[in-house]
Amino acid sequence: MAEAVSVAAESFAGGRARGARSVLGQVVLPGEELLLPEQEDAEGPGGAGERPLSLNAGARSRVRVICGPGLRRCGDRLLVTKCGRLRHKEPGGGGGGGGVYWVDSQQKRYVPVKGDHVIGIVTAKSGDIFKVDVGGSEPASLSYLSFEGATKRNRPNVQVGDLIYGQFVVANKDMEPEMVCIDSCGRANGMGVIGQDGLLFKVTLGLIRKLLAPDCEIIQEVGKLYPLEIVFGMNGRIWVKAKTIQQTLILANILEACEHMTSDQRKQIFSRLAES
Amino acid sequence: IEEHWYLDFFIIEEQSFLLCEDLLYGRMSFRGFNPEVEKLMLHMNAKHKAEEVEDETVELDVSDEEMARRYETLVGTIGKKFARKRDHASYEEDENGDIQPIKAKKMFLKPHD
Repeated sequence: MAEAVSVAAESFAGGRARGARSVLGQVVLPGEELLLPEQEDAEGPGGAGERPLSLNAGARSRVRVICGPGLRRCGDRLLVTKCGRLRHKEPGGGGGGGGVYWVDSQQKRYVPVKGDHVIGIVTAKSGDIFKVDVGGSEPASLSYLSFEGATKRNRPNVQVGDLIYGQFVVANKDMEPEMVCIDSCGRANGMGVIGQDGLLFKVTLGLIRKLLAPDCEIIQEVGKLYPLEIVFGMNGRIWVKAKTIQQTLILANILEACEHMTSDQRKQIFSRLAES
Repeated sequence: IEEHWYLDFFIIEEQSFLLCEDLLYGRMSFRGFNPEVEKLMLHMNAKHKAEEVEDETVELDVSDEEMARRYETLVGTIGKKFARKRDHASYEEDENGDIQPIKAKKMFLKPHD
């Protein structure tokens, strides 16, 4: 890791922008500029940004690139704003080329993003709106009508202190975040008040993404232990519930600890648990 | 979301991880602890992986033919309600002989001075 960082620092200090493709999977630091694939050829040895005119100017392929979290647009380059490893994904649909670039960074502080599913705690009820703490800079607002089957006469049974699983419909730096517990068709799809008991705890945002990856071994192993239920919020909150308090606590400890364990250490712990 | 065409590149800034990584659905249940959540897991994850295209026709409660038959008689029935006595000739009696005698509608009659 130390070598990767020093390489990054050198090229940054040298003032030459690196190509995004060549840096995939490596550590990038805030302030670095990355060139998109087509531009790499144009950057000659004296490259001060002059591009040779292409002969077939009419047939320029228009590439659509998405800068994900940790990157910003800076002219025609990508500017890194968070430290972490650069990742890329080709577009699945095959339409519009270019794909997505993002930085796989680590942080504990959540910033509301539209479309994210999060676990919130109801902190206040004022008129028709619930105030829900989601771990961001301000509480999100949740209207009582945003539940499945809720009407003005049929109000949902939500009390202060309840846990809510919902998604953001409005989340930007200029407005108060708003969340709802139904999808665009009006169905709950598992959103709404999370049941009684269980335990809510906080982990880093990166761990949530790691646990929700399609091929996550940790979840597969956890699922074999005993009957349990887990809810993951993209804001770093996890709610777990099992049949006994002890099982719930064991589960919570495993999930918190697995961030810093190697897969061997994890397997040891699971086998010890299976024995007891 | 900021979109900007710059030279050949259309660069969009997006702060959500949902576009980047395919993540599973956030609620999970194992070994039957919460059967509804387990059903949801199958539904939501399958939808996300296969990009479920709902081309299958929705199961019909009423078949098309039956619908057409009902509608045909319906048009006649409602039409009869608004028919005046004189139009009775244009309405044939169906098997049940369902033409009701039309009662004189009581309307407000303005008193003459």
